[in-house]
Amino acid sequence: MADYVIEMLNITKEFPGIKANDNVTLQLKRGEIHALLGENGAGKSTLMSVLFGLYQPESGVIKKDGEVVKINNPNDATALHIGMVHQHFKLVECFTVLDNIILGAEPMKGPVVDRAAARKKVVELSDRYGLKIDPDALVEDISVGMQQRVEILKMLYRDNDILIFDEPTAVLTPQEIDELMDIMRGFKAEGKSILFITHKLAEIKAVADRCSVLRKGKYMGTVDVATTSVEEMSRLMVGRDVQLVSTKAEKTPGETILKVENLCVPSKIHKNDAVKHASLEVHAGEIVCLAGIEGNGQSEFIYALTGLEKPSAGTITLCGKDITKASIRSRSKMGMSHIPEDRHKYGLVLDYSLENNMVLQRYWEKEFQTAGFIKSGAVRSYSDRLIEQYDVRSGQGSATIARSMSGGNQQKAIIAREIDKNPQLLIAVQPTRGLDVGAIEYIHSQIIAQRDAGKAVLLVSLELDEVMNLSDRILVMYEGEIVGEFDPKTTDVQTLGLYMAGAKRMDKEGKE
Amino acid sequence: MSKKNNAPRLANAASGVSSLLASLVCILVGLVVGFIVLLVLGGITLAQSGSAFSFMELLKTTWSQGFKPILQGGFYASANTMGMGVRMEILQAAPLVMTGLSVAFAFKTGLFNIGVAGQYTVGAFFALFSAIVLKMPWWVCLIASAVGGAIWGAIPGIFKAFLNVNEVITSIMFNWIGLYAVNTLIYQGGTGPMFNLKTTKTFTLKESAPNALLPTFNVKVGGEDYFGKMFKPSIGIFIAIAVAIIIWIVINKTTFGYELKACGHNKDAAKYAGINEKKNIVLSMTIAGALAGLGAGLFYLSGSKEWEPLVSTALPAVGFNGISVALLASSNPIGCVFSAMFISHITTGGGFMLAKLFPSEVADIISGVVIYLCAFSLLFKGSIMKLMNRKKKAHAAQTGPDSGSGNDNKKEGNA
Amino acid sequence: MWLLLKYTLLYAAVLTLVALGGMFSERSGVINIALEGIMVIGGLMGVVMINIMNAAGVPVWLGIVITVLCSALAGLVYSSLLAFSAINLKADQTIGGTALNLLATAVAMVIAKRINGSDSPKITYSANTNAVFNSTHFSFHVGPLTLNWFLLVTLVILAAAWFILYRSRFGMRLMACGEHPQAADSVGINVYKMRWAGVLMSGALGGIGGMAYIVPAVGDWNFEMGVAGMGFLALAVMIFGQWKPLRIAGAALFFAVFRAMANIFDSIPFLAALGWPKEIYNMMPFIASMVVLAFTSRKSRAPKAEGIPYDKGSR
Repeated sequence: MADYVIEMLNITKEFPGIKANDNVTLQLKRGEIHALLGENGAGKSTLMSVLFGLYQPESGVIKKDGEVVKINNPNDATALHIGMVHQHFKLVECFTVLDNIILGAEPMKGPVVDRAAARKKVVELSDRYGLKIDPDALVEDISVGMQQRVEILKMLYRDNDILIFDEPTAVLTPQEIDELMDIMRGFKAEGKSILFITHKLAEIKAVADRCSVLRKGKYMGTVDVATTSVEEMSRLMVGRDVQLVSTKAEKTPGETILKVENLCVPSKIHKNDAVKHASLEVHAGEIVCLAGIEGNGQSEFIYALTGLEKPSAGTITLCGKDITKASIRSRSKMGMSHIPEDRHKYGLVLDYSLENNMVLQRYWEKEFQTAGFIKSGAVRSYSDRLIEQYDVRSGQGSATIARSMSGGNQQKAIIAREIDKNPQLLIAVQPTRGLDVGAIEYIHSQIIAQRDAGKAVLLVSLELDEVMNLSDRILVMYEGEIVGEFDPKTTDVQTLGLYMAGAKRMDKEGKE
Repeated sequence: MSKKNNAPRLANAASGVSSLLASLVCILVGLVVGFIVLLVLGGITLAQSGSAFSFMELLKTTWSQGFKPILQGGFYASANTMGMGVRMEILQAAPLVMTGLSVAFAFKTGLFNIGVAGQYTVGAFFALFSAIVLKMPWWVCLIASAVGGAIWGAIPGIFKAFLNVNEVITSIMFNWIGLYAVNTLIYQGGTGPMFNLKTTKTFTLKESAPNALLPTFNVKVGGEDYFGKMFKPSIGIFIAIAVAIIIWIVINKTTFGYELKACGHNKDAAKYAGINEKKNIVLSMTIAGALAGLGAGLFYLSGSKEWEPLVSTALPAVGFNGISVALLASSNPIGCVFSAMFISHITTGGGFMLAKLFPSEVADIISGVVIYLCAFSLLFKGSIMKLMNRKKKAHAAQTGPDSGSGNDNKKEGNA
Repeated sequence: MWLLLKYTLLYAAVLTLVALGGMFSERSGVINIALEGIMVIGGLMGVVMINIMNAAGVPVWLGIVITVLCSALAGLVYSSLLAFSAINLKADQTIGGTALNLLATAVAMVIAKRINGSDSPKITYSANTNAVFNSTHFSFHVGPLTLNWFLLVTLVILAAAWFILYRSRFGMRLMACGEHPQAADSVGINVYKMRWAGVLMSGALGGIGGMAYIVPAVGDWNFEMGVAGMGFLALAVMIFGQWKPLRIAGAALFFAVFRAMANIFDSIPFLAALGWPKEIYNMMPFIASMVVLAFTSRKSRAPKAEGIPYDKGSR
């Protein structure tokens, strides 16, 4: 009999309207790195939340060292030495690193929190595992990489030996990913058991011993990583062969559509500029990709470009006209379309019907209103056409409340709306974030179609695969500056990583 | 295709019905609480009087002297001679419709207008000033009252839009500022031009400005004038209903309403769509203020009450009852007409209770309980919706639900 | 001048107490706009208890202690209505709080009228100079200055609040719940419990504040006016004080000067010479709060998760 440290047997967890986990089994051996593979929405995070005591399953049992245990809350999980690094870090931003690590497990000296003792233990752990942190810094001031190290230290501080990593690599550079893998191997060597949640096959190949696969909430099986090919795992995950690389025809870029010169954008978080003297051009018929790690000024750059925020210096020219001070609406009228990074925050009015969302950028046009009164018939038929043409699926067609739609279809609706405006420039920010493979393929094909139709496309993406796959030109942004320009055909992910991490940079002439 | 077009209408109807049911639950619980309070009050008083009494007696007294007047409102027989009770109810309903609309309108833009009381106060001042001092006709006075309210509503809007101060705080502060300012301006140490030293109130419109009185109406019941010849109700209620219809059209049928609601639901998305959020916040609060001010105009230009600057130390209750009105109506302008009628009904009835047993504020307690319940009425609404949906579900499953690619990102992927 | 100082310190104590209450509530993530209503209930309880204590003839110190404790308890019980709706039922906190404010005034008036057996909501509690104790027993003298026992209570509570927030485990967890409840939950902190604690603390402090506002200053109180916006001023004090105990105390002192002027403007020569009506002085603290908030609001940093109901199920 195998030595299983954790067994999750026949777990079923339902949410209103969806079975997030349907009879799922997961067995973790002592001292192994076990990958949990599945697409976005396959139920991986739900399963881990069940293990961590955040959700209670409708049925199924959890065993620790062969004995059935009941995990009602994170305290129970901690008592069983289970720890978790959440996909979205659970850190209190205005607390110090130290306070975040000890929160919930504070050492006491009488009625006072004994921060001195806590600091000693944290510094010790940090040295021992090479997890560099500054215990007195506020979390809001530190980098994403350090935030992750804080999360890892939180687990170590609680003496956990079953460690769950939920999509830990999404926010890291290739080099940081390598470091993380080394750390994970180090834990394994100490006899700790690791659950590694991801949808990236290469990472599994690199570090995991075994791999369990989920698809649409169902358990698809567990494979031995060393003897299973990437293609086989991919097929298990998606249920069909996936065309991982989209093909696109050669195309010579045309005239300059967007020209940005020396753009500076103030930061909302710190006193420095979030974007510092960034310049770029996007031509008709090309996809330019702005790559970089989250929080290096890409968002602010796009906000300034689209008019959501005011730049402090620099000029923006669209089709030869200076739009630096233009309003959001006039930019839209001049041919700028914007697929925003956060579709819930910016892209949709979730409590509006789908048809009202479809005209969000155009409700004021003659076509949809007379004398301030909305022509509901025209709105309806326009929305029906977009739904048909872009295959947006929803429960009640045009009248569906946007909130009730799936993420993929929400994104499709936004893309339909923005592309149908027939823009000169399409700005797409992380257009595939959180979507499954089917939706990703569709959105990639739409973006390429826009490029082929002679539109200028500016893409912002954190996924290097997507960057390499789609772009005609890559610009890397680091701490608000554009530090390098690359041709995807002649560069590789490792090189991009060095620039994204700030380890290398080009001068203005494009030399290293 | 025709089937597809029917589905949304059904969905909206379902949502409407469940809102209505939720409101009815709130009202019911409020009334039950009111009844219990009356029962306790009656019991204490009877016990204090020393004479022995049975529970049945208490129940009877509570019913006939307390709960019955509340339930019957203006129609309570012993108070409704010559239609007096009904006239009072109509008179109070008109400003309540307006204050309810004021709160509801701001809600649509995601703003909580708790400043209705102050806007109402300032509106009253503008109306009375135009009437008593400037001798304007009634319709000019009405416009003036709306302007007064609009100014007082615009201030929190400007504070919110340009200085990032929460409109709730500003509205509350300006309630008090408005109240003290109006009292001072009317009284002026006894020398105010609108202040009647003999009555310590403002001059009655009947004597000082008959032109400013709203026109009146009457109805024939069995060949008789229901309201008698002397005290006919003003047309205020009809103006209020007309305004409610206009507001409904503005919110639901115009691009302006579309923008306001977009700001209310998601201000970031509104900004993204090129909607000027700041302008909409200020406009929304200004209009909300105008509605509240107009409500004061409708009330004070009906000529049955004057402003008493020396004893008006509390904010007018009609301002806060507007919150109940809007919440009960789920912010639907037409619904506000009905919920205002209800609130007016119970407060009018509250005044008819036997005062030495039951203070009239019991009606305010009911209103307060109703707001408290409305705060989580979404919960009722949700469970009522669920009950109604359960039946439909089997149906929907066959016609093909949301089965597109891309999974529900509420579970993963979005913070 | 001594008079101005006396009333300033009294109102500063009241505002500090209530604003600290608001701070605990909001630090836990619940907006407490019901402070006004809580003060009314606490004040009502205080007034009623004084009359009861007088009738019972207990020693002065015991009467005061019991009265204060009962006011705190009344506020605490009343605030549980807010906690229940905001935390357990996930109701809109602003609307729930508004309802409690209206309810408090209505309840206070009904009770006051019932006690009087008449149509007047005014309760008298220290007109009878033969009473065992009355409002003068709440103060003591230091030279020409009349000080208030509540000032000492406030100083103690202020120190305690600072300690709780910045040094104790409870404070650390409370703040975590107001900033990032999901993070708190993920390390095993019961967010609902912490928020209940925060709201109940605000109820107790608001109750004492209501009593301290009404009883020591005057001999009777008309409950038709509630506490005349004092609870809302405390909210402004809390915001101006940036949800931090010491800054709240400073802000309270600032607003208290304006509030105190309304009481004594006619006994200060140069103010009396202006001949402004009382209403102007009544208005002043509210105008001051607006001016201050207008200038500080951009930089103000409220607890991040305040006003957002915490739902364990959705994350």
